[in-house]
Amino acid sequence: MISLSGIVKTYAAQPVLHGVDLALEAGSVTTLIGPSGSGKSTLLRCVNLLEVPQAGALSVAGQTLSFTPQSRPARDAILAVRRATGMIFQDFQLFAHRTVLQNVMESLLTVHRWAPPKARARALELLEKVGMQHKADAWPGELSGGQQQRVAIARAMAPSPQILLCDEPTSALDPELAGDVINVLAQLAAEGTTMLIATHDLRLAAHIAHQVVFLDAGRIVERGSPQEIFAHPSQQRTETFVATLNSPLPDWVI
Amino acid sequence: MPPWLTLALHSFWPLLKAGLALTVPLTLFSFVGGLLLGFVVALIRLFAPPPAVAIVRFYIWLIRGTPLLVQLFIIFYGLPNAGIVLDAFTAALIGFVLNVGAYTSEVIRAAILSVPRGQWQASSAIGMTWAQTMRRTIVPQATRVAIPSLSNSFISLVKDTSLAAALTVPEMFQVAQQIAAVTYEPLILYCETALIYLIFSSVLSAWQTRIETRSMRHVPKLEAAQ
Repeated sequence: MISLSGIVKTYAAQPVLHGVDLALEAGSVTTLIGPSGSGKSTLLRCVNLLEVPQAGALSVAGQTLSFTPQSRPARDAILAVRRATGMIFQDFQLFAHRTVLQNVMESLLTVHRWAPPKARARALELLEKVGMQHKADAWPGELSGGQQQRVAIARAMAPSPQILLCDEPTSALDPELAGDVINVLAQLAAEGTTMLIATHDLRLAAHIAHQVVFLDAGRIVERGSPQEIFAHPSQQRTETFVATLNSPLPDWVI
Repeated sequence: MPPWLTLALHSFWPLLKAGLALTVPLTLFSFVGGLLLGFVVALIRLFAPPPAVAIVRFYIWLIRGTPLLVQLFIIFYGLPNAGIVLDAFTAALIGFVLNVGAYTSEVIRAAILSVPRGQWQASSAIGMTWAQTMRRTIVPQATRVAIPSLSNSFISLVKDTSLAAALTVPEMFQVAQQIAAVTYEPLILYCETALIYLIFSSVLSAWQTRIETRSMRHVPKLEAAQ
């Protein structure tokens, strides 16, 4: 289990997260929803310490790190957290100078010191899983956004992380390409991958998630099952936001 | 055979020999040393605390704001008055390394900054250390951006090494001056020297094009506007 407690993050005296608590059961999928600037991405980045909080604690990979405003955790502790987590980004961020296969192998070779043949076999296995093995030797610049994101998922999953962090994984894609990415994420969820997904996409938030967390202005307003949050929210703020996500089409459509 | 051609043929080998024995090594050592210095200076400007940044900014300001020939004279003819005596080749090498370092540091700094922030984050997210990120992700991508400008510096340097003649280094241009002084044929000698510099630069340019093509292989070609 991965847990965050009392997470406070401030940028230049501007508070972004005001003491957030979040527990992620092994094998569960949690989505973070909320308006832009609500702190979804920041909270996600606090899990792999791309952002280091000023207060609170993080438990991951069997160790607990406590944060203070004065000091950062030790470098090795930060690296250990990152090696136990995988992340995909809204804009993919594949390594532009490496082929698809090399992208997926990179962490295995450089960080986890696998022998190249073993890393290659693992990378090919993952590329097959995300349906990208036929592009193993392509450059990222030659792929569509949806293809790049699927490769990015394979890259993040290569070292078998304890959790996959997804920062708006479909926001840069048209709905059709996003569908391919969602299918891959749904498959990973079905296989028991622990995931934390910041998203505006209802297909992820409502269909794949076990737990939905609604964040507004750096605080968790409400959390619950997708049914609870989307059909029966208890807070007025949640209801207003959810209404904007699934605002109905005009009458003439039906 | 016309006498000018005889002279040109007779002087060709001494000139080429001086070029291969001194101009080329001076260029290569200066460039490699200058690149290393430029890389370190760029890293200091980007990542070091303010006092270190102030020092390297002063260095860049000083080198870029003064003529290379004056710098070389200070190192070779001036420093002995301060008790530092260097042989001509070493003095020239130091001068060129300092010069190349100042100019390329700015190119390298800009190239490192041109790599998107997301590439740093993606590297961190898979657990790379700062040094691994630099070596595996940032430097390879920055190199592609820097190559055209660095090639300019390199080809300028090939020609700038002729300034070492003024420090008594018997490189190609110095040899040309010596032959011209005894044969009274400066036009032929200096044109011939220019030709050999041209050959050196052309070979180096061709080499640069190959490196650039290789570094660009992952970048899709731009289509001409329809």
